[in-house]
Amino acid sequence: MKLTIQDLRCIRGGRVVFDALSFAMKSGSGVELSGPNGSGKSSLLRMLAGFIPAAAGRIHLEGGDDEASLGEQCHYVGHLNGVKRALSVQENLAFWAEYLGGGDIESALAAFDLESLSHIPAGLLSAGQARRLGLARLALVNRPVWLLDEPSVSLDTGSRKLLSTAISTHINAGGMVIAATHAPLGVKFSHTLKLDAGGQS
Amino acid sequence: MTQAEGTFNRLANPTRFMGLASTILPWLTGLTAILLVAGLYLAFFVAPEDYQQGHTVKIMFIHVPFAWLAMMGYSVIAIASIGSLIWRHPMADVAAKTAAPIGACFTLLALITGSLWGKPMWGTYWVWDARLTSVLLLFFLYLGLMALWQAIEEPSRAGRAAAILAIVGSVNIPIIKFSVDWWNTLHQPASVVKLDGPAIHSSILIPLLIMAAAFTCLFFVLHLMAMRTEVLRRRVQALRLTHVDAAGATQGARA
Amino acid sequence: MSAFMSLIARDLRLAWREGGAISTALGFYLVVVAILPLGLGPDLNLLARIAPGILWVALLLAALLSVDRIFHNDHEDGTLEIIALGPLPLELVAAAKATAHWISIGIPLTLAAPILALLLNLPAEAFWVLVLTMATGTPAISFLGALGAALTLGLGRGGLLLALLILPLYTPVLIFGVAAMNAVITGPSPFLSSYLILCAITLATVVLAPIAAAAALRLNLN
Repeated sequence: MKLTIQDLRCIRGGRVVFDALSFAMKSGSGVELSGPNGSGKSSLLRMLAGFIPAAAGRIHLEGGDDEASLGEQCHYVGHLNGVKRALSVQENLAFWAEYLGGGDIESALAAFDLESLSHIPAGLLSAGQARRLGLARLALVNRPVWLLDEPSVSLDTGSRKLLSTAISTHINAGGMVIAATHAPLGVKFSHTLKLDAGGQS
Repeated sequence: MTQAEGTFNRLANPTRFMGLASTILPWLTGLTAILLVAGLYLAFFVAPEDYQQGHTVKIMFIHVPFAWLAMMGYSVIAIASIGSLIWRHPMADVAAKTAAPIGACFTLLALITGSLWGKPMWGTYWVWDARLTSVLLLFFLYLGLMALWQAIEEPSRAGRAAAILAIVGSVNIPIIKFSVDWWNTLHQPASVVKLDGPAIHSSILIPLLIMAAAFTCLFFVLHLMAMRTEVLRRRVQALRLTHVDAAGATQGARA
Repeated sequence: MSAFMSLIARDLRLAWREGGAISTALGFYLVVVAILPLGLGPDLNLLARIAPGILWVALLLAALLSVDRIFHNDHEDGTLEIIALGPLPLELVAAAKATAHWISIGIPLTLAAPILALLLNLPAEAFWVLVLTMATGTPAISFLGALGAALTLGLGRGGLLLALLILPLYTPVLIFGVAAMNAVITGPSPFLSSYLILCAITLATVVLAPIAAAAALRLNLN
């Protein structure tokens, strides 16, 4: 599987955020996005997920499911957790497993150390626990591309380790990970993509 | 490509539009003035008075064109909205946005002249006549569009949201019109004087058509001027953005 | 269970757990219907005559209170982004959420209407028409509401703006709903013609509104 990005241009609110951005990655590799605030890391991830249309250029996933869009083959973890406060941890995951298609809830709970909390309503979780529940989606439903926007926010050291293990496992199993992060995730990424504030890359 | 070019690119280079507008505008303004003078003269000094309604029939010469423009204004918005949704043409956005207040004004004028006409005819300023009611609902649709434009800050997003609403509205207008007609026939009060009697005599029809043409030209004069202003407004906005970015870049270099 | 059904089931479960929306809508419905006689006077003949109109207008207002929530919560907590990456096209997402709104709000309001009709002295022969027309018209209210909710998503004052955008679009539903009821109570126009037009409006809305709502949702994911 190969993800190719060619001459991508992003315009937000009348400004060119980045332009002529190209890179390619193969399955079993990870890309770390770096750059100052406003350099378009989040915009790039949202564009890959299909939320923002590209002003120019193209994104292509080779060897994936040709029937499905790239968005349907990726996990996007943004600033929000996508957790329903009125549902329990278990019910949150059960819905995603049903809606996104398949998945082993027990192992997802285990991967992010949530087993002991599984019957607690998500509204009672601490910020770090809610983040872990948001991340548990990654382990729950198998999708080849992971788009992570500051995934380690509000995680403590132990939870960060769980995240880096999950990322490493996914890469070793032939997945692709693109992550934007300020704090080091403790994962060896094969490439780093630097985005500058000036819109060049 | 530089950042400034990128920013201006979003206007799809309106230079051609601006040139076209400034060529057409003087001619169109002149035509509007001639038609308006001719139409008003014919309407007030040549056209005969109605044997039933007397002087008040003169209101018709402005009321009917206003009502026609109320509908045409919405059609302009709907067509521009299709252009902005399908071809993503920024000028279509500008056209749709600027047509809304003008159309709303003509709709309001149609309502006001209609109710002023209604006072001597029906003895009351407002009757829930099918036509008045559906024009009132059309006015609400205009208000909704303008409120949506105002509520969303980013122009391109506001443009597309308003375009969706305008198209939904244009699908709905015939249904609303139909249902109001239906509603009116169920509740028809007996005293309402029917307007559509025998065919209109040409001594009234010709001034009416000239007035309609005059106000249609006036609509487009106002619309072109508003579009020009909107383009300039967006250009100022774009220049400000590049200014902010340039300042940010030099500060960044210093730091 | 398909993705469509699981989304409806989740929304219903959330509506049940959170509870607020249903009870607020029902409470509002009751208060509006109860306060109108205080303004109009207790003349039962007058109230009986205008009962269909009052019940329908109050239903529209009560439903409007809750439609802006259709996408709001999912937008705010980031769930909408994840739903958008699921197997369901946004058109069906909008349809599923509007259906859930109809089940959780539209049906309770419809069932509450006959009880409120007692307060207004609605003729007994009109009770079945009341429930039938409301059960037919409320899906259109939910689906148009979903469109309005998608257009005003993420805006401050969203609720007020939504009312301005959507109420004019509700007029055909209101007119034919009331007309069908009046046909049974006072005649002379046949019930079936008004009722069938109401059915047609609802069917067209259920098909077309999700398409427009999905276009508006795409804008908001930007």
